[in-house]
Amino acid sequence: MTGGMVMGVLGGTVKGGVLELLTVFILSIFVGFEVISRVPTLLHTPLMSGTNAVHGVILVASIVVLAGAQTTTLQVLGFAAVLLATLNVVGGFVVTDRMLEMFKSKKKAAPAPADSGSGGSKPAAS
Amino acid sequence: MTLGTIDLATGVNIAYLVAFVCFILALKGLSSPKSARRGNIIGAVGMFIAVGMTFVDGPVHNVALIVIAIAIGVVVGIPAARLVKMTAMPQMVAAFNGVGGGAAALADIADFVHHGGTIATWLQVCTIFAVIVGCVSFSGSVIAFAKLQEVMTGRPITYPGQQVVNALVGLGIVGLAAAVLGISSVPVLSVMGGLAVLFGVAFALPIGGADMPVVISLLNSFTGLAVAATGFVFDSIPLIVGGTLVGASGTLLTRMMSQAMGRSLTNILFGAFGSVVAGEGGGAAGEQRPVKSAGPEDIGTLLAYSSKVVIVPGYGLAVAQAQHTVKELADALEKKGVEVAYAIHPVAGRMPGHMNVLLAEADVPYEQLKEMEEANSELPSTDVVLVVGANDVVNPAARDSPGSPIYGMPIIDVDRAASVIFMKRSMRPGFAGIDNELFYDPKTTMLFGDAKDSLAKLVTAVKAA
Repeated sequence: MTGGMVMGVLGGTVKGGVLELLTVFILSIFVGFEVISRVPTLLHTPLMSGTNAVHGVILVASIVVLAGAQTTTLQVLGFAAVLLATLNVVGGFVVTDRMLEMFKSKKKAAPAPADSGSGGSKPAAS
Repeated sequence: MTLGTIDLATGVNIAYLVAFVCFILALKGLSSPKSARRGNIIGAVGMFIAVGMTFVDGPVHNVALIVIAIAIGVVVGIPAARLVKMTAMPQMVAAFNGVGGGAAALADIADFVHHGGTIATWLQVCTIFAVIVGCVSFSGSVIAFAKLQEVMTGRPITYPGQQVVNALVGLGIVGLAAAVLGISSVPVLSVMGGLAVLFGVAFALPIGGADMPVVISLLNSFTGLAVAATGFVFDSIPLIVGGTLVGASGTLLTRMMSQAMGRSLTNILFGAFGSVVAGEGGGAAGEQRPVKSAGPEDIGTLLAYSSKVVIVPGYGLAVAQAQHTVKELADALEKKGVEVAYAIHPVAGRMPGHMNVLLAEADVPYEQLKEMEEANSELPSTDVVLVVGANDVVNPAARDSPGSPIYGMPIIDVDRAASVIFMKRSMRPGFAGIDNELFYDPKTTMLFGDAKDSLAKLVTAVKAA
């Protein structure tokens, strides 16, 4: 019964067959190429960081694992996965946002004081 | 009517559909500086929806554990992302990529453990793929992080028989993968994952720090593919869409980055094995040779009385946090009627576009940022080129000496300007560890010291001139 229930969780997302999943997969490849090929060089770094955040969607699978975990082993694995995936999602989006922030406002948000504070402890000048 | 249950499932699927559209719009938004930030926020919203649906779609146990794990991730992740310096961005991206790969591997191992390995063969193939690729991405990213953070040397690490060792580890992984398919054993899958972690390390070690951005980009697309494969295992379309989008875009970006360096991906990944001898030869030639150096006052005067100055910013500028000071210098020069432009190499900084981000932070107007080709056509009519903390991207060896490890990489032809000023901390060679002939050229003047200090002194000198 428990197995069936967890199967329900795992398979409950989409009741599609293999072919349906493959279709989505193939179409996503084309969309990915198409959308990306228009990105200008100066946005390549934010792009890398932004796509990095998107693969944080692995958090979905990680939660599914932990939500269905009934042994300590699975709980440990699931917990670690959720933790790592959350870092991926949160870090990815926040870092990207910080980079893009710079392109937007021309206001002097000058993070220089904070930077020089931490930079002082690790002097670049030798 | 059974609409109640159908409605929930349909609702969840519609929500996922919205999430996919968000992911696609996010990537699309990144096509222009104006829409990029909004695009990123749309992506975050899509992620929120996708993750939220996991709580609606089916029974959820261990809620407390889930909440704690997410809370720890948020509490650690946000400050880490907020406080990291812009210069350290590449390694931060590497770190966040690595944890994603690790999460994918763990989720797949957990699924395999849960079913005791009794899943359809093609799902086993997906599981094996995701575990291998996720583990390689994880450990490869850790090494990339360590190299860029300079926790370990940025130089390629090679040792005799390395290729044999790597090949053996690779063969071991293939063998264990076959064994997993044959006997569906959880321990075998775990050992295979362990070997894949080892392989990620072995794969990243011989790659020099300067090439790491390409590796991070490649590993980013790897993680995407691992996530997509996990999507098949979990029968989850959000994972397939998200992972595949990243896999496709990452592949494209990786190719663009290698092109910007004028090298093939194969050369970047495996080039160290061939270039060890050339690298050592370069090192041996680095004995004391006379260079011309001058103080900031002289150089300030030279700059103030030029009509056209091109600044070539490199990673050294970023390390010294000198982007604001360089902007001050440009302003001071413009007040004197000097035409100022910045020549941006595609891989200046440590990732394509990294330097653009840093200069945007200092409010440098876009119009002054010249891409490499445009800058190269202007350099012959330039009086003074000021190279701030860049080396490899202006090294004529990349153009002229076929034996050099960086031969073939497109460079900014600073040697075509009337005079060249290198601002450097010391005579130490650049990130790639290659000596630069241009240092010894009669038209070159060195200005030694911390980039920020020297620039500040130049600002004073220019104002006084």
